[in-house]
Amino acid sequence: MSWRGMPRWYAVKVIGKRELAAYFESPIAYVFLVIFLLLAGFFTFTFGGFFERGEASLASLFSWMPWLFLFLVPAVGMRLWSEERRLGTIELLLTMPVATWQAIFGKFLASWAFLVIALALTFPIVITVNWLGDPDNGVIASGYVGAALLAGAYLAIACMTSALTRNQVIAFILAVVLCLVLILAGFSPLTDLFARWASPALVEFVSKFSVLTHYDGFQKGVLDSRDLLYFLSVMAFSLFATGVILRNHRAG
Amino acid sequence: MIKVENLSKSFGAKRAVDDISFEVGKGEVLGFLGPNGAGKSTTMRVITGFFPPSGGKASICGLDILENPIEVKSRIGYLPEAAPSYTEMRVLSFLNFAAEMRGLRGDQRRQAVRRVVDLCHLDGVLGQAIDTLSKGFRHRTCLAQALIHDPEVLILDEPTDGLDPNQKHEVRSLIRSMGENKAIIFSTHILEEVEAACTRAIIIDRGRIVANGTPAELKARSSSGSLEDFFRSVTRSDVVQEGTA
Repeated sequence: MSWRGMPRWYAVKVIGKRELAAYFESPIAYVFLVIFLLLAGFFTFTFGGFFERGEASLASLFSWMPWLFLFLVPAVGMRLWSEERRLGTIELLLTMPVATWQAIFGKFLASWAFLVIALALTFPIVITVNWLGDPDNGVIASGYVGAALLAGAYLAIACMTSALTRNQVIAFILAVVLCLVLILAGFSPLTDLFARWASPALVEFVSKFSVLTHYDGFQKGVLDSRDLLYFLSVMAFSLFATGVILRNHRAG
Repeated sequence: MIKVENLSKSFGAKRAVDDISFEVGKGEVLGFLGPNGAGKSTTMRVITGFFPPSGGKASICGLDILENPIEVKSRIGYLPEAAPSYTEMRVLSFLNFAAEMRGLRGDQRRQAVRRVVDLCHLDGVLGQAIDTLSKGFRHRTCLAQALIHDPEVLILDEPTDGLDPNQKHEVRSLIRSMGENKAIIFSTHILEEVEAACTRAIIIDRGRIVANGTPAELKARSSSGSLEDFFRSVTRSDVVQEGTA
């Protein structure tokens, strides 16, 4: 059975479909969703000072997203490749007539879809806010777009770290550390400290690498293509690195 | 159909496969024998495209594994050593996945799955999650995915490992009957299996081929006419013997 004539994205779809189905057949996914939704609700209304603010928006939720995702997204992504290596299924996957990039994309897109579904499940919060007040739904929508991109970037990094090791815990920790670096590069308490001895130009340059800098626009309702490009670049780089890592494991 | 020329594979300083050459034609079943760590699995992993070779060439039906990886992989059915599978999946879902990965859709896929389910006697466990199955059934599930697209070439790494005598007999008969119009390589530690199912055998030791011939030829080369004695005479044991250099 030859692959000639089979569309390239077919393999991505088959692999992705399997991966996404696997999420929903595992109790862990449901635990994750419940925890995520509970925390989202908590950060929006209670901790985020929603009622004190007196403002009908999801600003409190969105401003906590980078920190919420910092731990939850690596928890989702840490098993992506380390599990394949642990089970030995990577040997099946990579000896099938598919290109490595198709496998990487398939698994990544499926996991990203899972995270987007988790985000979508926060819609009761949106409905509540709309019932309580009169929010700018455009800003809310762009906030969600930003959150989805943020999740994708963290996930791609977790993908990369999970390809490095068979051990999920190490993959998790490495992913958290890398994502944290990306946050802190633009985290104001830190950049203010940094500005004390570094030139403003340097501080600004470093903060351009931060997810916070680029996520900020989305939170405010601004869909800037440069911010979009940033997130896509982080994803592209991490997924490319994943491919290199996977190849190096076998090159010997 | 399978042609391996001066194949080498190293991992850092360690030479796992050292200048191996052999051919397997259609209708031939080649047995890979050798002590543990000899390089049998590594050789198979290079042929199936899992490891890139460090030197030499491997080709299937005239296509080089490095130049046409996808084309080559589509013609191979591979059963890796640990018989891996996505253990949380049910048997039927896993086989459907394998079939789809091979480009089989709709009716073609259903027929292919039905065929291997019958061949590997997986009828009773289709709805079970693979991690609830016994070793024998897990092995058969992985074997089924190797057969699902009816490939011209089969590479089977210890296909009867851990199976009970009845199951072993089944797999051997299956290999023998499929061997009639495919090119098959399978590795084993069980020497009687070689006589039962192979048309030719290669003994590999420390990455090199130390013997190559039909089971009868190899037996004839030992003074006692036993394959096991011949095997032990051409390979080196891990166990240090008293009084030997």
